[in-house]
Amino acid sequence: MSAVVAEHDDHHDDHDHGPAKGILRWIITTNHKDIGTLYLLFALAMFFVGGSMAMIIRAELFEPGMQFVDPQFFNSMTTMHALVMVFGAVMPAFVGLANWMIPMMIGAPDMALPRMNNMSFWLLVAGVLMLASTLFMEGGAPAGGWTLYPPLVLQTGKAFPFAVFSVHLLGISSIMGAINIIATILNMRAPAMTLMKMPLFVWTWLITGFLLIAIMPVFAGAVTMLLTDKFFHTSFFDAAGGGDPVLYQHIFWFFGHPEVYVMILPTFGVASTIIPVFARKPLFGYSSMVYATASIAFLSFIVWAHHMFTVGMPLAGELYFMYATMLIAIPTGVKVFNWTATMWKGSMTFETPMLFSIAFVVLFTLGGFTGLMMSIAPVDFQYHDTYFIVAHFHYTLVPASVFILMAAGYYWLPKWTGHMYNEKIGQLHFWLSTVSVNILFFPQHFLGLAGMPRRIPDYAIQFADWNMISSIGGFIFGASQLLFLYIVIDTIRGGTGEKVTDEVWEDAHKHGLEWTLPSPVPYHTFTTPPAVIPTEHI
Amino acid sequence: MNRSVSQKNIKLARNLVIVAVAMFGFGYALVPIYDVLCEWKWIERDRPDAIKQAKENAYEVDKNREVTVEFVASLNENTPMVFYAEIQKLKVHPGEYHTVNFHAENKTDKVINARAIHSYSPALVSSFVDTITCFCFDEQLFEPKEAKTLPVRFAVNPDMPPQYKTITLSYTFFDKTENQ
Repeated sequence: MSAVVAEHDDHHDDHDHGPAKGILRWIITTNHKDIGTLYLLFALAMFFVGGSMAMIIRAELFEPGMQFVDPQFFNSMTTMHALVMVFGAVMPAFVGLANWMIPMMIGAPDMALPRMNNMSFWLLVAGVLMLASTLFMEGGAPAGGWTLYPPLVLQTGKAFPFAVFSVHLLGISSIMGAINIIATILNMRAPAMTLMKMPLFVWTWLITGFLLIAIMPVFAGAVTMLLTDKFFHTSFFDAAGGGDPVLYQHIFWFFGHPEVYVMILPTFGVASTIIPVFARKPLFGYSSMVYATASIAFLSFIVWAHHMFTVGMPLAGELYFMYATMLIAIPTGVKVFNWTATMWKGSMTFETPMLFSIAFVVLFTLGGFTGLMMSIAPVDFQYHDTYFIVAHFHYTLVPASVFILMAAGYYWLPKWTGHMYNEKIGQLHFWLSTVSVNILFFPQHFLGLAGMPRRIPDYAIQFADWNMISSIGGFIFGASQLLFLYIVIDTIRGGTGEKVTDEVWEDAHKHGLEWTLPSPVPYHTFTTPPAVIPTEHI
Repeated sequence: MNRSVSQKNIKLARNLVIVAVAMFGFGYALVPIYDVLCEWKWIERDRPDAIKQAKENAYEVDKNREVTVEFVASLNENTPMVFYAEIQKLKVHPGEYHTVNFHAENKTDKVINARAIHSYSPALVSSFVDTITCFCFDEQLFEPKEAKTLPVRFAVNPDMPPQYKTITLSYTFFDKTENQ
């Protein structure tokens, strides 16, 4: 409890106080490690909620014809699966990692604004609960797709204003989290930790924080316009009143494109942290990684209309957005090159975190290539709103962001808990996930090229075979994730019983400050800033 | 944490909140920015509110070319009306004037105030369609059970690039009664 007032403490004498007792510890905590744990566990729970929705989708699509759910509920599932996975699972998981790791990586005692940190977590819970409550409302949950395009989304029943308000809550939560992370990185670093010595995970989160502050308010504005169009007779997007539904798509994707990079930039950061440790080499091209991240973040703001090539844009617009989008391949290519070069002639070992990271490099690149295909405006007319785009963005999210989150779990769990996870089950989880994720998503490329539209509960008979294979992959992938749940619980409760060292992984202390701390990490760390900064990652 | 770092944190957080609030405003600013950009000549986007009554010119009729003009009449959401074009398509020579009748009927016992929004495609040639008479210029008031014949008089400008063989003129009635 006394930790709550630690920020007003002029003397560094707060390291004696442990956490509050009982359940209250988790509700009122301002400790970055507790809040990080809350975020990560919440994200894990939402990963299974969103995953269950995906299982319903794949079960319905197992065969042509209507099997289990009615079309309205099916469309609710696609919409809610996306919203829960984006705002409830992937983003909070990375905020959780930021909370846990950034203070430890930069030698700070805690986050810059600990009480706001607590509030942003509980606002997230409130937002996600409100979103989930729409499932039980008259007219069902939003079913117009996670992009909430008007006029379709305005046909949502009683749930509509609740969906809008939950977006507001989630937005405020993300903005507060981003402000906290930026303030921590800019103001709380140990004196010896200069900007260009920061681990890349910290760099990517600094840039992601600015992205969030720039885009979440724009999304909040867009959904507010939807709300006033529906209830207060404004005509932002209502054609009958002189508005234009295409305007919504522009505003949404001005938010939406940077938003997808909010989910991938911290992924890059974790990959750049893990790969050097298991390749036993410094990261190749540290400064080019920093500049590439910044370039990707800048480009994300000027390419949004490649999501809407088919709305009837003028030729000049199509050409501009096509070429601007292709530019993103350059900094992204720099990153993939650097990860590969880091592994080149390294003394690699293949523990579970490294396996997931290598799979990330390969499969994310595959998702990037299909992205390049779709950046070509005339070709995109074929791919638009088909399963090809579904395959593309799932490749960049599942075997990329989600795999790296798994890798981060395996990589830092021993440090967090002081226990070693079961390496055999970890590797089993990896192989099952990697094989099944490809069975799940690769056939969707073929379905898309053959013309199967997304967001439909039933389909023409010629799509049957690949859908069945995709569904089988989906069920294996979904079931495999229960192994991860088992490993997390098992590791927290003692794991293999093997005593882990402070650095856990061989020579990890050269790669990051967190490995110079004891395992498990004490409740308070770096109450005095560390004098020596490991620079192997540079 | 010492007091000076704490103050720095709060100051930075305040500035970042100001940025967030400004970006909320920027989201709204995109609305007029979009309107201005769509007016630019080189963008030539076909806006729903941009239809203007054209003057009847004496074009030189191009007898060598034939363009198929298709007519689509639709109702937005649950607008309680019947609405259709009396013919589905028409072959015209560029420069010729034609009048096509649409039929609209109020199915209810209440007055309906409806607004028809046009959409001509392909969008790139929509500026080559001259609309002389159209019910889509104004809101239309329908008395209970009233049926109306609504003419559209138009011509295809002979300057339209020759690769375009088919144009679709689509009109959608939106029920605006509630909004009054």
